[in-house]
Amino acid sequence: MDGEELTAQETALYDRQIRVWGVDAQKRLSKAQILVSGLNGTSVEFCKNIVLAGVGSLTLMDDRLVTEDALQANFLIPRDETVYSGRSLSELCCESLRDFNPMVRVLAEKGDLAQCEIDFLDKFDVVVVTGCSLKTKIEINEKCRKRAKRIAFYAIECRDSCGEIFVDLQNYTYAQKKSDGTAECHLSYPRLEDAILIPWRNLPRKVSKLYFAMRVIEKFELSEGRNPGELSNFDLPAVLKLRKELCDAQSLNESHVPETLLERILVAGPMLYPPVCPILGGILGQEVIKAISGKGDPLKNFFYFDAADGKGVIEDISNPSSI
Amino acid sequence: MGSDSKEEAIKRAKVLMVGAGGIGCELLKTLALSGFQDVHIIDMDTIEVSNLNRQFLFRQSHVGQSKAKVARDAVLKFMPQINITPYHANVKDPGFNVDFFKQFNVVLNGLDNLDARRHVNRLCLAAEVPLIESGTTGFLGQQVTVHIKGRTECYECQPKPTPKTYPVCTITSTPSKFVHCIVWAKDLLFAKLFGDKNQENDLFVSAGDGSDSVKPTDIFERGSDEDLEQYGRKIYDHVFGYNIEVALANEETWKSRRRPNPIFLKDVLPERLILQNGNLEKNFLTEDLPLSAMTSVGLSNPQDVWSLADNSRIFLEALRLFFGRREKEIGNLTFDKDDQLAVEFVTSAANIRASSFGISLHSLFDAKGIAGNIVHAVATTNAIIAGLIVIEAIKVLQADFQNCRMTYCLEHPARKMLLMPVEPFEANKSCYVCSETPLLLEVNTRTSTLRDFVDKIVKNKLGMSFPLIMQGATLIFEVGDDLEEDVAANYALNLDKVLVELPAPVTSGTMLTVEDLQQELSCHINVKHREEFDEDKEPDKMVLLGWTAPEKKSQVVSNGNSTSAAVSAATETTMKSEEAKVNAEISGTKRKLSEILEATENQEASQILSGPDADSFKNPQELEDGDDDLVVLDNYPETSKKQRLRQV
Repeated sequence: MDGEELTAQETALYDRQIRVWGVDAQKRLSKAQILVSGLNGTSVEFCKNIVLAGVGSLTLMDDRLVTEDALQANFLIPRDETVYSGRSLSELCCESLRDFNPMVRVLAEKGDLAQCEIDFLDKFDVVVVTGCSLKTKIEINEKCRKRAKRIAFYAIECRDSCGEIFVDLQNYTYAQKKSDGTAECHLSYPRLEDAILIPWRNLPRKVSKLYFAMRVIEKFELSEGRNPGELSNFDLPAVLKLRKELCDAQSLNESHVPETLLERILVAGPMLYPPVCPILGGILGQEVIKAISGKGDPLKNFFYFDAADGKGVIEDISNPSSI
Repeated sequence: MGSDSKEEAIKRAKVLMVGAGGIGCELLKTLALSGFQDVHIIDMDTIEVSNLNRQFLFRQSHVGQSKAKVARDAVLKFMPQINITPYHANVKDPGFNVDFFKQFNVVLNGLDNLDARRHVNRLCLAAEVPLIESGTTGFLGQQVTVHIKGRTECYECQPKPTPKTYPVCTITSTPSKFVHCIVWAKDLLFAKLFGDKNQENDLFVSAGDGSDSVKPTDIFERGSDEDLEQYGRKIYDHVFGYNIEVALANEETWKSRRRPNPIFLKDVLPERLILQNGNLEKNFLTEDLPLSAMTSVGLSNPQDVWSLADNSRIFLEALRLFFGRREKEIGNLTFDKDDQLAVEFVTSAANIRASSFGISLHSLFDAKGIAGNIVHAVATTNAIIAGLIVIEAIKVLQADFQNCRMTYCLEHPARKMLLMPVEPFEANKSCYVCSETPLLLEVNTRTSTLRDFVDKIVKNKLGMSFPLIMQGATLIFEVGDDLEEDVAANYALNLDKVLVELPAPVTSGTMLTVEDLQQELSCHINVKHREEFDEDKEPDKMVLLGWTAPEKKSQVVSNGNSTSAAVSAATETTMKSEEAKVNAEISGTKRKLSEILEATENQEASQILSGPDADSFKNPQELEDGDDDLVVLDNYPETSKKQRLRQV
């Protein structure tokens, strides 16, 4: 790759990872601009990984003030009220992240990504959203799609001990490693809105139950005007009713969306099972590094993890005709 | 399992973490966030710059400080109420004995070397504390495993790749790969020039006729008033020129090999000879920068492959800087991958030697990786591994053993999975560590000494630190600090005796008992006399059998450990790239990805699949259970065909 060499400081700091992905990938990383909207246990794990990896810049958006819920699974905020009171999550996390790697510019941006000017997105190569409604995710995904340059879009949500990652790399071409050199590989991703519109009966066989559970919960939250995690056990009857409606409409047996799974998610409400955060944040970090560096097969287009069975599964939900 | 009992189990738990490095930092953070209250952490290392890209609890300003202590302070900032007890110490210290381990409910390893892992495994077995391990399997990526005495395999039930060693003559006379040149430069030349002078060293080229006419010691010794530049030239011409000429004299060696070219300084850097003494002095660096020969000769990019001339300049400059600026350390230096000047010296020496032998040259970056056995590491993998370790630890603490899983973190998805859980393996009944099965040692009892046995088998193969060896009821050897003087003298005498001449002779049919009191490990070894060994394949001249599965291809002697001269070069991680494939083929008991996949394949086939027709959706029960299917693998390939599926 063209461009200036890495500095001696960079070479020393990034020695171990350059051995994994090479100098060119490291140079590409150092030019990448990342935006994260929504700060929670999972996204701060991602932020840590990407700052350590040495991206060009990381911009954080989350104007919420610190609450008990916001503190959980967040190792970026000192448990000291005199430090955090009156300051936003993005400001506080920004401060800690800067410390992790002085070579990365970490910025806090005020405002709501869903409301911001559309050309604001042009500054970024990667946009990660979490902690917002399905509607907001779809809107931001759309905005990324409308820009002239390709902006990689990721949505991540953790609920209790389960998590979901959605990836939209639009049209993505990369050099796939083969035993005999590399071959150009082309992937075409659907938008979030289109992916979740695919009729359930047309989905690939044995799709993770989490896929259906997440759609039911998300729809419930949307209809109630709530944010992810603003749930409790009391919502169970209403959620089960919605499950029945959705399953009937899609001719899917309700057993694909087990009540025990829905109940587990509702009971947890805003609480996350902390060890799940580094797993989801780690997978997302890997994927973003792959997308920026062009090294490695990127996942397409959903990823699921559930601590209950320990499986981390990729689901390709993109082609309506796939069987 | 209610979440209350989970919280209770976490709160009550006393956890020991071994290692505060890449996985350790992630682990400590995740334990703290998960609500753990009492964590002890052992790490002997101090922080280095190259740690900072992933060991996120550390900052530039912490370089040189104890990892365990700095990690504790960093976690207390966001989790002030947690109790963390740091130990800046080696886990092999005698203080960390079985009683120490017994106070913990679970032990979590974040280690980077086989030796310490084996040690911790034994202490956990002896103390009956569950152990959660993580590590690379080479070709599969990483895995997290759970080891509970009486329920699962122990860490050593499956043979582990041990450091790769090379036959002495490959290193000293007939290198064919760059790694051979690195081993020569690091373990022979560097050690000879800068290390302990009393250490045995094979740095001479045997003429092959057994005459050791060249006494190299005199040449390497620098006269008290010998000019540095002259001394450097003399060393250069001796090791790269004269020694190669001597080797070339032995025609037999080169019949089927490419002949090396002797390299003399006058041919590479003719202008160097004109330079008068002291002309380079002006290049000395300022005090606050680390000494670097690269910098003083004006090279900056560690990714570049230098020419022979540049390598020669760096070689001479590094030598000069060592003697001129770090004279106090000479005699005590061991190679350290974080010592810039040492890496420069070894890189240049290996490259010059590679030029001689027609082997392609490498950059400093690559040479450092090979010489330092550097672990390739990124933050994301460590974070994922740490999350998985904590999930398993919590299950162990809740005594929810049947749900414990071993998880593979795959680089490429297999059956859609990036994280693939499988049921833990059962203990290997012939494991010498967790079962009492005796081992078999084939050895020439008339030529091998007790010292050979202690070094090659007891320490290297069995991984014991404080061994005690008995022949029947007679104690023939023991390591300890508190031995009586006459006893110690007696043991020292025994060390140099061949086995048949020991006070209690060891002959074919003798059973030895070897114990390590710290590890509380005892094993029996049946001795079988054997006259001949293949020098290339069995450089130890003794073979230990019985600690791997019975089908015998897995006895790979090239994986054996050092003889006094065979030089240990690679670790577990270097194995990954080059040796992994070999290992996969030779090691019968390795769990192969293909087997696992086969099992998963069956699993899928066994299920009622939801096809495009809605009918199949009407089979709720089977789908429900099907999703929770678990792949159960047997330990050994001969039985793996019987892989069965279990409905949980």
